[in-house]
Amino acid sequence: MSEKKRKMAFVVHSGSLDKLYPVFILASTGGAMDAEVSLFFTFWGMDAIKKGGLEKAKLPGIMSLGTGMMKGKIKDVGVPTLKEMLEMCRDTENVKIYACSTTMEIMGISKDELIPEVDEIVGAATFLDIAMDADVQMFI
Amino acid sequence: MVNVDVEIDAKGLYCPMPIVKLKKATKTMTEGQIIKIVATDPGSKRDIPAWANKTGAKVLETNEGDGTFTYIIRV
Repeated sequence: MSEKKRKMAFVVHSGSLDKLYPVFILASTGGAMDAEVSLFFTFWGMDAIKKGGLEKAKLPGIMSLGTGMMKGKIKDVGVPTLKEMLEMCRDTENVKIYACSTTMEIMGISKDELIPEVDEIVGAATFLDIAMDADVQMFI
Repeated sequence: MVNVDVEIDAKGLYCPMPIVKLKKATKTMTEGQIIKIVATDPGSKRDIPAWANKTGAKVLETNEGDGTFTYIIRV
């Protein structure tokens, strides 16, 4: 196997379907490529890690009306749902999920409302500590 | 021709599925074993060598024909 474990650190700021797909496609692929992937969910991204949130994700703004059609096309091509993509990420054992503590406080979200796949509730310093050593950093 | 230990059918699947399936299958394999994957996603031509490059696997053979791509990989 390769000599050094690569690291990827993403801020997941958006909770919309069109942004969450790239997040989970890159995270599952990164995990499959033996990279250590850290997903830091904040602001609207928090909606995605609330129980039932991935199922509720829509296209942004006025395009939200076309969400059903988009989901249909995604299904037709055989691309998994976001929930299935999350499971694929976990199966690689290389993808960690962090929730932003400040966002939780602002939006009044309790730990019980989050999906059990959330590894830790953390702040900016934890993300930056990970991101500063990462090979790939993204804000989605 | 090498002996194939594990074979995966990824036909009709698009990114990231062929790579995710490849990783899942190789988890239970030991170093040096051979895996064969058949895909139809044209992206796999670049994606599978890229995956191999980062995981330490080696693509031994690539065959293209009839809209399918076949890869023989040493884990």
